[in-house]
Amino acid sequence: MPIQVRIPAPLRKLTNEQELVPATGANIGEVLTNLNTAYPGLFERICDESGNVRRFVNIFVNDEDIRFLEEKATPLKEGDEISIVPAIAGG
Amino acid sequence: MSEQQTFFSNLKCRECGRLYPKEAIHICEFDFGPLEAAYDYDLIAKHINRDVIASRPQTMWRYRELLPIDGSPTVGAQVGFTPLVRADRLAKHLGVDELYIKNDTVNYPTLSFKDRVVSVALSRACELGFKIVACASTGNLANSVAANAAAAGLTSYVLIPANLEKSKIVGSLVYGTQVIGIEGAYDQVNRLCSEIAGKYGWGFVNVNLRPYYAEGSKSMGFEIAEQLGWKLPRHTVIPMASGSLLTKIHKAYKEFIKVGILEEQPFSVHGAQASGCSPIAEAKKKNSDIVKPVSKPDTIVKSLAIGTPADGYYAIRSMNETGGSADDCTDEEVIQGIRELAEYAGIFAETAGGVTVACARKLIESGKIPRNESIVLCITGHGLKTQEAIHGHCGEPRVINPSLREFEALIANDAAVLQTQN
Repeated sequence: MPIQVRIPAPLRKLTNEQELVPATGANIGEVLTNLNTAYPGLFERICDESGNVRRFVNIFVNDEDIRFLEEKATPLKEGDEISIVPAIAGG
Repeated sequence: MSEQQTFFSNLKCRECGRLYPKEAIHICEFDFGPLEAAYDYDLIAKHINRDVIASRPQTMWRYRELLPIDGSPTVGAQVGFTPLVRADRLAKHLGVDELYIKNDTVNYPTLSFKDRVVSVALSRACELGFKIVACASTGNLANSVAANAAAAGLTSYVLIPANLEKSKIVGSLVYGTQVIGIEGAYDQVNRLCSEIAGKYGWGFVNVNLRPYYAEGSKSMGFEIAEQLGWKLPRHTVIPMASGSLLTKIHKAYKEFIKVGILEEQPFSVHGAQASGCSPIAEAKKKNSDIVKPVSKPDTIVKSLAIGTPADGYYAIRSMNETGGSADDCTDEEVIQGIRELAEYAGIFAETAGGVTVACARKLIESGKIPRNESIVLCITGHGLKTQEAIHGHCGEPRVINPSLREFEALIANDAAVLQTQN
């Protein structure tokens, strides 16, 4: 079972309105780079000029925030689910 | 003054600076950064000065040019300009020279600072044509949306965690608002509200109207500066939930300098949280700007129990820029803080006020706030709203029969106690 990536509504224009897309890569960084080949423009929406994940974008691997794992080097295995979630305002 | 002249030009992404029209939007389409009101400061500098402001009615709207609406305020025109109280007895108790309380426990009409943000958000909601307004709230905001919407004739929905303090629930229901209790923590309420705002097109004051709403908090900072005699306190201690109030008081101080109302001067903003939900204070203490969410907040301070604070990063940046610090305190310390503020300053604050007092004490004792420099404590909500938190912690009345003999026995005992104390 490949890695699945959940795409948030504001980015679905880039994935032909698909909510769940398959991806490959040994870690988050590779997945993002590979996704950009399939869906050009996706990378710069998620990462800044230095290639770091943008401050108001959260990436979860199986519900765990990658900021508390190994960030973009977080290793992945078959069947993992990645969610890309814009931060929520409020309060 | 030209009431109809518009001094705020756009919304602007805080991350990338992209400009957006002044609509009910709150997130940058490109990088998801929060949008913020952008002003024409040169134009504002030409229109206001100390004398102009001082000549206006004593409400938060005397700083109208620095608040993001187009016309005159239509909701909450009487909000703000709460007392700044010099608290000498509390100062002596805490061992400092100059201490003030910015007392938003008596803000109009719902006894918390939230009337400031709601006044701006609902005035803007009317300008944008909304008929239904709503919010995600830990209680104070719900009270304020309910009251101000009722006065303005707007339909309102307030969504709250179902386990809030009873007085905060009744304090919303009474205005005829639709109160929806959610079985979950505030962060879950908030996430649901994001989905509802997108789907129903209502004016959610702290979701799609957040760029307008948040700016209302600046008025607390403007008032502090004016009431201190047009100068800044060297230290301001501010409770943090989302972190927005702290960032906006910082912004207010900077804007007064930018438009020439104040001279450049050093100041520090410090943040206070409850230990049972202190993601911002924890990150700041570790010298990090990555705020680790708290999944299950556990504190009596429900009004500050936001596990994923939207402005955590910016609050840390404000503290770092101004040489400020953060601290957190236990529930016992919160109760002690509430009692100290009441017993030494005569002000009954809700739990968040106890947090501010308790954390200020820690910052003073650790030397982060020098004892000889001026300090303002921001006290943001009234104690009547969270009475159950301190119930049983401040004694019970002594009950006697309607008999002079019993009263005299009681007083004689008190006099003996007083004598041994002196």
